[in-house]
Amino acid sequence: MTHPSPQLSEVEHARARPTSDKWEYVLRLGDDALVSAQRLGEWIAAAPQLEEDVALGNIALDQLGQARALLAYAGEVEGAGRDEDALAYLRDEREFRNAQVFELPIGDFAFTMARMLVVSAYQVELYERLQGSTDETLAAVAAKAVKEVDYHRDHATQWTLRLGDGTEDSHQRMQQGLDDVWPYVLELFEPDEVTERLVAAGVAVDPAVLAEPALAYVSQVVVAATLTIPETAVRHSGGRRGIHTERFGYLLAEMQHIARSHPGATW
Amino acid sequence: MVSTSSTSGGGTTSGGEPRDLNAEGGHGAVPMSGVPTEGSPAQAARREWPLWEVFVRAKRGLSHVHAGSLHAPDATMAVRNARDLYTRRQEGVSIWVVPAAQITASSPDEKDAFFDPAGDKVYRHPTFYNVPEGVKHL
Repeated sequence: MTHPSPQLSEVEHARARPTSDKWEYVLRLGDDALVSAQRLGEWIAAAPQLEEDVALGNIALDQLGQARALLAYAGEVEGAGRDEDALAYLRDEREFRNAQVFELPIGDFAFTMARMLVVSAYQVELYERLQGSTDETLAAVAAKAVKEVDYHRDHATQWTLRLGDGTEDSHQRMQQGLDDVWPYVLELFEPDEVTERLVAAGVAVDPAVLAEPALAYVSQVVVAATLTIPETAVRHSGGRRGIHTERFGYLLAEMQHIARSHPGATW
Repeated sequence: MVSTSSTSGGGTTSGGEPRDLNAEGGHGAVPMSGVPTEGSPAQAARREWPLWEVFVRAKRGLSHVHAGSLHAPDATMAVRNARDLYTRRQEGVSIWVVPAAQITASSPDEKDAFFDPAGDKVYRHPTFYNVPEGVKHL
Protein backbone atom coordinates (compact mmCIF):
# COMPACT_ATOMS: atom_id res chain seq x y z
CA MET A 1 0.00 0.00 0.00
CA THR A 2 2.79 2.39 0.83
CA HIS A 3 4.76 1.42 -2.26
CA PRO A 4 2.28 1.17 -5.13
CA SER A 5 3.49 -0.09 -8.47
CA PRO A 6 4.07 2.62 -11.09
CA GLN A 7 0.95 1.69 -13.06
CA LEU A 8 -1.20 1.80 -9.98
CA SER A 9 0.17 5.10 -8.85
CA GLU A 10 -0.77 6.74 -12.16
CA VAL A 11 -4.31 5.56 -11.69
CA GLU A 12 -4.22 6.91 -8.19
CA HIS A 13 -2.93 10.24 -9.39
CA ALA A 14 -5.66 10.52 -11.97
CA ARG A 15 -8.21 9.90 -9.28
CA ALA A 16 -6.49 12.36 -7.00
CA ARG A 17 -6.76 15.21 -9.51
CA PRO A 18 -8.95 17.79 -7.82
CA THR A 19 -12.38 18.19 -9.34
CA SER A 20 -12.70 21.70 -7.97
CA ASP A 21 -11.02 24.20 -5.71
CA LYS A 22 -13.69 23.76 -3.09
CA TRP A 23 -13.30 19.98 -3.10
CA GLU A 24 -9.57 20.43 -2.64
CA TYR A 25 -10.02 22.92 0.20
CA VAL A 26 -12.59 20.91 2.13
CA LEU A 27 -10.42 17.83 1.76
CA ARG A 28 -7.46 19.67 3.28
CA LEU A 29 -9.41 20.71 6.36
CA GLY A 30 -11.00 17.27 6.67
CA ASP A 31 -7.69 15.43 6.33
CA ASP A 32 -6.07 17.69 8.94
CA ALA A 33 -8.78 16.74 11.41
CA LEU A 34 -8.81 13.04 10.49
CA VAL A 35 -5.07 12.54 10.83
CA SER A 36 -5.07 14.59 14.02
CA ALA A 37 -7.76 12.31 15.49
CA GLN A 38 -5.87 9.17 14.47
CA ARG A 39 -2.66 10.32 16.12
CA LEU A 40 -4.39 11.40 19.34
CA GLY A 41 -6.14 8.04 19.49
CA GLU A 42 -2.74 6.42 19.92
CA TRP A 43 -2.62 7.92 23.41
CA ILE A 44 -5.62 5.96 24.64
CA ALA A 45 -4.40 3.77 27.51
CA ALA A 46 -0.90 5.21 27.10
CA ALA A 47 -1.27 8.70 28.58
CA PRO A 48 0.42 9.56 31.90
CA GLN A 49 -2.88 9.28 33.77
CA LEU A 50 -6.30 7.78 33.18
CA GLU A 51 -7.74 11.31 33.31
CA GLU A 52 -5.43 12.36 30.49
CA ASP A 53 -6.43 9.30 28.44
CA VAL A 54 -10.00 10.53 28.58
CA ALA A 55 -9.05 14.14 27.83
CA LEU A 56 -7.04 13.19 24.76
CA GLY A 57 -9.77 10.76 23.70
CA ASN A 58 -12.30 13.59 23.92
CA ILE A 59 -10.13 15.85 21.83
CA ALA A 60 -9.59 13.07 19.29
CA LEU A 61 -13.34 12.57 19.05
CA ASP A 62 -13.87 16.30 18.47
CA GLN A 63 -11.36 16.17 15.64
CA LEU A 64 -12.96 13.02 14.24
CA GLY A 65 -16.36 14.71 14.30
CA GLN A 66 -14.97 17.63 12.32
CA ALA A 67 -13.32 15.19 9.91
CA ARG A 68 -16.57 13.31 9.32
CA ALA A 69 -18.53 16.48 8.60
CA LEU A 70 -15.84 17.82 6.28
CA LEU A 71 -15.13 14.59 4.42
CA ALA A 72 -18.84 13.89 3.95
CA TYR A 73 -19.14 17.36 2.49
CA ALA A 74 -16.05 16.81 0.31
CA GLY A 75 -17.71 13.70 -1.09
CA GLU A 76 -20.84 15.71 -1.77
CA VAL A 77 -18.91 18.46 -3.53
CA GLU A 78 -17.02 15.89 -5.57
CA GLY A 79 -20.28 14.26 -6.67
CA ALA A 80 -18.64 10.95 -7.53
CA GLY A 81 -20.48 8.90 -4.97
CA ARG A 82 -17.65 8.73 -2.45
CA ASP A 83 -18.79 9.06 1.14
CA GLU A 84 -16.75 9.95 4.22
CA ASP A 85 -15.65 6.32 4.68
CA ALA A 86 -14.49 5.97 1.08
CA LEU A 87 -12.46 9.14 1.44
CA ALA A 88 -10.97 8.15 4.79
CA TYR A 89 -10.26 4.49 4.12
CA LEU A 90 -9.80 4.06 0.39
CA ARG A 91 -7.40 6.81 -0.56
CA ASP A 92 -3.66 6.31 -0.70
CA GLU A 93 -0.92 8.45 0.73
CA ARG A 94 -0.50 10.83 -2.19
CA GLU A 95 -4.22 11.62 -2.19
CA PHE A 96 -4.21 12.94 1.36
CA ARG A 97 -4.06 16.72 1.71
CA ASN A 98 -3.28 17.19 5.41
CA ALA A 99 -0.38 19.38 6.46
CA GLN A 100 2.59 17.29 7.54
CA VAL A 101 2.54 18.54 11.12
CA PHE A 102 -0.57 16.46 11.82
CA GLU A 103 1.00 13.17 10.73
CA LEU A 104 4.20 13.36 12.79
CA PRO A 105 4.43 10.47 15.29
CA ILE A 106 3.07 11.27 18.75
CA GLY A 107 6.54 11.33 20.35
CA ASP A 108 6.46 11.90 24.08
CA PHE A 109 3.67 13.71 25.91
CA ALA A 110 5.49 17.04 25.66
CA PHE A 111 5.74 16.76 21.87
CA THR A 112 2.04 15.96 21.61
CA MET A 113 1.26 19.04 23.69
CA ALA A 114 3.63 21.22 21.65
CA ARG A 115 1.90 20.11 18.46
CA MET A 116 -1.55 20.55 19.98
CA LEU A 117 -0.66 24.08 21.07
CA VAL A 118 0.37 25.06 17.56
CA VAL A 119 -2.33 23.32 15.53
CA SER A 120 -5.16 24.29 17.85
CA ALA A 121 -4.00 27.92 17.82
CA TYR A 122 -4.16 27.65 14.02
CA GLN A 123 -7.57 25.94 14.05
CA VAL A 124 -9.09 28.49 16.45
CA GLU A 125 -8.12 31.40 14.17
CA LEU A 126 -9.21 29.43 11.09
CA TYR A 127 -12.65 28.37 12.33
CA GLU A 128 -13.39 31.78 13.87
CA ARG A 129 -13.03 33.33 10.43
CA LEU A 130 -14.53 30.44 8.48
CA GLN A 131 -17.83 31.04 10.26
CA GLY A 132 -18.20 33.95 7.86
CA SER A 133 -17.74 31.80 4.74
CA THR A 134 -20.19 32.25 1.91
CA ASP A 135 -20.42 28.47 1.87
CA GLU A 136 -23.16 27.63 4.37
CA THR A 137 -21.91 24.13 5.13
CA LEU A 138 -18.38 25.30 5.86
CA ALA A 139 -19.73 28.14 7.99
CA ALA A 140 -21.87 25.70 9.99
CA VAL A 141 -19.01 23.22 10.52
CA ALA A 142 -16.78 26.10 11.63
CA ALA A 143 -19.36 27.43 14.08
CA LYS A 144 -19.51 24.06 15.82
CA ALA A 145 -15.78 23.38 15.62
CA VAL A 146 -14.59 26.72 16.98
CA LYS A 147 -15.84 25.93 20.50
CA GLU A 148 -14.17 22.53 20.39
CA VAL A 149 -10.76 23.71 19.24
CA ASP A 150 -10.88 26.52 21.78
CA TYR A 151 -10.91 23.84 24.46
CA HIS A 152 -8.08 21.92 22.75
CA ARG A 153 -6.01 25.08 22.76
CA ASP A 154 -6.72 25.58 26.43
CA HIS A 155 -5.70 22.00 27.23
CA ALA A 156 -2.40 22.38 25.39
CA THR A 157 -1.86 25.77 27.04
CA GLN A 158 -2.36 24.39 30.54
CA TRP A 159 0.14 21.60 29.94
CA THR A 160 2.69 23.77 28.19
CA LEU A 161 2.68 26.13 31.18
CA ARG A 162 3.03 23.31 33.69
CA LEU A 163 5.68 21.35 31.84
CA GLY A 164 7.66 24.40 30.74
CA ASP A 165 7.58 25.97 34.19
CA GLY A 166 7.85 22.63 36.00
CA THR A 167 10.90 20.52 36.70
CA GLU A 168 14.18 20.68 34.85
CA ASP A 169 13.29 17.49 32.97
CA SER A 170 9.78 18.63 32.00
CA HIS A 171 11.13 22.01 30.88
CA GLN A 172 13.76 20.36 28.71
CA ARG A 173 11.23 17.95 27.14
CA MET A 174 8.71 20.70 26.46
CA GLN A 175 11.38 22.80 24.78
CA GLN A 176 12.44 19.77 22.74
CA GLY A 177 8.82 19.24 21.72
CA LEU A 178 8.60 22.81 20.44
CA ASP A 179 11.95 22.46 18.67
CA ASP A 180 10.78 19.28 16.94
CA VAL A 181 7.44 20.63 15.79
CA TRP A 182 8.66 24.03 14.67
CA PRO A 183 9.97 23.14 11.18
CA TYR A 184 6.45 21.96 10.29
CA VAL A 185 4.53 24.98 11.60
CA LEU A 186 4.77 27.42 8.71
CA GLU A 187 3.18 25.01 6.23
CA LEU A 188 -0.13 25.67 7.99
CA PHE A 189 -0.04 29.28 6.85
CA GLU A 190 0.99 28.81 3.21
CA PRO A 191 -1.46 30.16 0.66
CA ASP A 192 -1.58 28.76 -2.88
CA GLU A 193 -3.69 29.22 -6.03
CA VAL A 194 -6.51 27.15 -4.56
CA THR A 195 -6.89 29.28 -1.45
CA GLU A 196 -6.36 32.50 -3.42
CA ARG A 197 -9.26 31.74 -5.75
CA LEU A 198 -11.49 30.59 -2.90
CA VAL A 199 -10.66 33.63 -0.75
CA ALA A 200 -11.70 35.83 -3.67
CA ALA A 201 -15.00 33.94 -3.78
CA GLY A 202 -15.50 34.39 -0.04
CA VAL A 203 -15.44 30.62 0.57
CA ALA A 204 -12.06 30.09 2.20
CA VAL A 205 -9.93 31.86 4.80
CA ASP A 206 -6.52 33.02 3.63
CA PRO A 207 -4.07 30.83 5.61
CA ALA A 208 -1.50 33.65 5.54
CA VAL A 209 -3.65 35.97 7.67
CA LEU A 210 -3.84 33.31 10.38
CA ALA A 211 -0.11 33.27 11.00
CA GLU A 212 0.13 36.50 12.99
CA PRO A 213 -2.68 35.90 15.51
CA ALA A 214 -2.00 32.16 15.89
CA LEU A 215 1.74 32.56 16.41
CA ALA A 216 1.17 35.51 18.73
CA TYR A 217 -0.95 33.27 20.93
CA VAL A 218 1.65 30.50 20.87
CA SER A 219 4.47 32.94 21.68
CA GLN A 220 2.61 34.36 24.64
CA VAL A 221 2.12 30.87 26.11
CA VAL A 222 5.69 29.82 25.34
CA VAL A 223 7.12 32.88 27.05
CA ALA A 224 4.85 32.50 30.09
CA ALA A 225 6.04 28.87 30.31
CA THR A 226 9.66 30.11 30.50
CA LEU A 227 10.37 28.45 27.14
CA THR A 228 11.72 29.97 23.95
CA ILE A 229 10.35 30.04 20.42
CA PRO A 230 12.74 27.88 18.38
CA GLU A 231 14.82 29.52 15.72
CA THR A 232 15.17 27.26 12.75
CA ALA A 233 15.75 27.72 9.08
CA VAL A 234 14.47 24.22 8.37
CA ARG A 235 11.01 24.26 6.89
CA HIS A 236 9.03 21.25 5.73
CA SER A 237 6.08 21.49 3.41
CA GLY A 238 4.17 19.59 0.74
CA GLY A 239 1.25 17.95 2.54
CA ARG A 240 -1.28 20.05 0.65
CA ARG A 241 0.12 18.59 -2.58
CA GLY A 242 0.04 15.03 -1.29
CA ILE A 243 3.68 14.85 -0.25
CA HIS A 244 4.03 13.24 3.14
CA THR A 245 6.61 12.04 5.63
CA GLU A 246 7.71 8.43 5.80
CA ARG A 247 5.73 7.62 8.92
CA PHE A 248 2.44 8.65 7.32
CA GLY A 249 2.28 5.37 5.38
CA TYR A 250 2.30 3.43 8.62
CA LEU A 251 -0.46 5.59 10.03
CA LEU A 252 -2.63 4.91 6.98
CA ALA A 253 -1.88 1.18 7.10
CA GLU A 254 -3.12 1.02 10.67
CA MET A 255 -6.13 3.25 10.05
CA GLN A 256 -7.23 1.62 6.80
CA HIS A 257 -6.38 -2.05 6.92
CA ILE A 258 -9.64 -3.30 8.47
CA ALA A 259 -11.77 -1.32 6.03
CA ARG A 260 -9.69 -2.56 3.10
CA SER A 261 -9.48 -6.18 4.26
CA HIS A 262 -13.22 -6.40 4.82
CA PRO A 263 -14.88 -4.01 2.36
CA GLY A 264 -18.28 -2.85 3.48
CA ALA A 265 -17.97 -4.49 6.89
CA THR A 266 -20.19 -3.07 9.63
CA TRP A 267 -20.91 -3.82 13.26
CA MET B 1 4.72 18.97 41.71
CA VAL B 2 2.23 18.78 44.52
CA SER B 3 3.28 16.11 46.92
CA THR B 4 0.00 15.63 48.76
CA SER B 5 -0.59 11.91 49.00
CA SER B 6 -3.93 10.60 47.89
CA THR B 7 -5.31 9.31 51.13
CA SER B 8 -7.88 7.03 49.62
CA GLY B 9 -7.24 4.56 52.39
CA GLY B 10 -9.00 6.24 55.26
CA GLY B 11 -10.99 3.89 57.41
CA THR B 12 -9.41 2.56 60.53
CA THR B 13 -5.97 1.45 61.44
CA SER B 14 -5.32 -2.08 62.61
CA GLY B 15 -5.83 -0.83 66.16
CA GLY B 16 -9.36 0.20 65.32
CA GLU B 17 -8.74 3.91 65.82
CA PRO B 18 -10.54 6.14 63.29
CA ARG B 19 -7.95 8.17 61.46
CA ASP B 20 -7.73 10.57 58.54
CA LEU B 21 -11.20 9.97 57.31
CA ASN B 22 -11.87 11.46 53.94
CA ALA B 23 -14.85 11.34 51.66
CA GLU B 24 -14.23 7.77 50.61
CA GLY B 25 -13.29 6.37 53.98
CA GLY B 26 -16.13 8.12 55.67
CA HIS B 27 -19.20 6.73 54.03
CA GLY B 28 -17.71 3.29 53.87
CA ALA B 29 -18.83 2.71 50.30
CA VAL B 30 -15.32 1.80 49.26
CA PRO B 31 -13.92 -0.85 51.56
CA MET B 32 -10.19 -0.32 51.50
CA SER B 33 -9.05 -2.74 54.22
CA GLY B 34 -6.77 -5.35 52.74
CA VAL B 35 -6.47 -3.47 49.47
CA PRO B 36 -2.81 -2.89 48.66
CA THR B 37 -2.14 0.81 48.36
CA GLU B 38 1.54 0.49 47.52
CA GLY B 39 2.08 -0.34 43.87
CA SER B 40 5.20 -0.86 41.84
CA PRO B 41 7.61 2.10 41.69
CA ALA B 42 6.15 3.08 38.30
CA GLN B 43 2.64 3.01 39.70
CA ALA B 44 3.76 4.95 42.74
CA ALA B 45 5.12 7.72 40.50
CA ARG B 46 1.78 7.91 38.74
CA ARG B 47 -0.01 8.27 42.03
CA GLU B 48 1.72 11.57 42.80
CA TRP B 49 -1.33 13.50 41.70
CA PRO B 50 -3.71 14.17 44.58
CA LEU B 51 -7.31 13.03 44.61
CA TRP B 52 -10.13 15.49 44.03
CA GLU B 53 -13.83 15.11 44.70
CA VAL B 54 -16.05 16.44 41.94
CA PHE B 55 -19.43 18.12 42.38
CA VAL B 56 -21.59 18.88 39.36
CA ARG B 57 -24.66 21.09 39.12
CA ALA B 58 -27.03 19.68 36.55
CA LYS B 59 -28.85 22.94 35.88
CA ARG B 60 -29.58 26.33 37.33
CA GLY B 61 -31.53 26.17 40.54
CA LEU B 62 -30.28 22.75 41.55
CA SER B 63 -27.43 22.23 43.97
CA HIS B 64 -24.07 20.70 43.17
CA VAL B 65 -24.14 16.94 43.62
CA HIS B 66 -21.17 14.66 44.20
CA ALA B 67 -20.34 13.02 40.90
CA GLY B 68 -17.16 11.13 41.67
CA SER B 69 -13.47 11.67 42.09
CA LEU B 70 -10.36 11.98 39.96
CA HIS B 71 -6.66 12.67 40.06
CA ALA B 72 -5.19 15.96 38.90
CA PRO B 73 -1.96 17.88 39.55
CA ASP B 74 -3.78 21.03 40.68
CA ALA B 75 -7.20 22.61 40.98
CA THR B 76 -7.25 24.14 37.50
CA MET B 77 -6.50 20.81 35.85
CA ALA B 78 -8.95 19.07 38.16
CA VAL B 79 -11.79 21.24 36.83
CA ARG B 80 -10.76 20.42 33.28
CA ASN B 81 -10.47 16.70 33.98
CA ALA B 82 -13.86 16.83 35.65
CA ARG B 83 -15.31 18.43 32.54
CA ASP B 84 -13.96 15.56 30.46
CA LEU B 85 -14.91 12.78 32.88
CA TYR B 86 -18.24 13.87 34.32
CA THR B 87 -19.94 16.21 31.84
CA ARG B 88 -19.39 14.28 28.61
CA ARG B 89 -23.11 13.78 28.16
CA GLN B 90 -24.23 17.30 29.07
CA GLU B 91 -24.67 16.42 32.72
CA GLY B 92 -23.76 19.82 34.03
CA VAL B 93 -23.56 23.59 33.86
CA SER B 94 -21.17 24.09 36.77
CA ILE B 95 -18.37 22.11 38.40
CA TRP B 96 -16.75 22.28 41.83
CA VAL B 97 -13.63 20.36 42.76
CA VAL B 98 -12.46 19.86 46.33
CA PRO B 99 -9.21 18.23 47.49
CA ALA B 100 -10.34 14.89 48.91
CA ALA B 101 -7.85 15.30 51.75
CA GLN B 102 -9.68 18.47 52.81
CA ILE B 103 -12.97 16.71 53.41
CA THR B 104 -13.74 15.69 56.96
CA ALA B 105 -16.30 12.93 57.01
CA SER B 106 -18.26 11.09 59.65
CA SER B 107 -16.95 7.69 60.59
CA PRO B 108 -18.75 4.43 59.83
CA ASP B 109 -18.05 3.47 63.46
CA GLU B 110 -20.10 6.43 64.65
CA LYS B 111 -23.05 5.51 62.45
CA ASP B 112 -25.30 4.39 65.29
CA ALA B 113 -24.66 7.39 67.50
CA PHE B 114 -24.96 9.80 64.62
CA PHE B 115 -27.97 8.59 62.74
CA ASP B 116 -30.08 6.15 64.72
CA PRO B 117 -31.58 8.69 67.16
CA ALA B 118 -33.40 10.31 64.24
CA GLY B 119 -35.00 7.00 63.33
CA ASP B 120 -38.07 7.21 65.61
CA LYS B 121 -38.85 10.88 65.12
CA VAL B 122 -41.29 10.65 62.26
CA TYR B 123 -42.82 13.99 63.28
CA ARG B 124 -39.82 15.66 61.72
CA HIS B 125 -41.13 14.67 58.32
CA PRO B 126 -43.72 17.07 56.92
CA THR B 127 -46.12 14.20 56.27
CA PHE B 128 -48.93 15.44 58.49
CA TYR B 129 -49.97 18.28 56.24
CA ASN B 130 -52.61 18.11 53.55
CA VAL B 131 -51.16 19.25 50.28
CA PRO B 132 -53.58 21.38 48.29
CA GLU B 133 -54.30 20.10 44.83
CA GLY B 134 -52.32 21.70 42.09
CA VAL B 135 -49.14 22.18 44.07
CA LYS B 136 -46.28 20.87 42.03
CA HIS B 137 -42.67 19.99 42.73
CA LEU B 138 -43.19 18.74 46.27
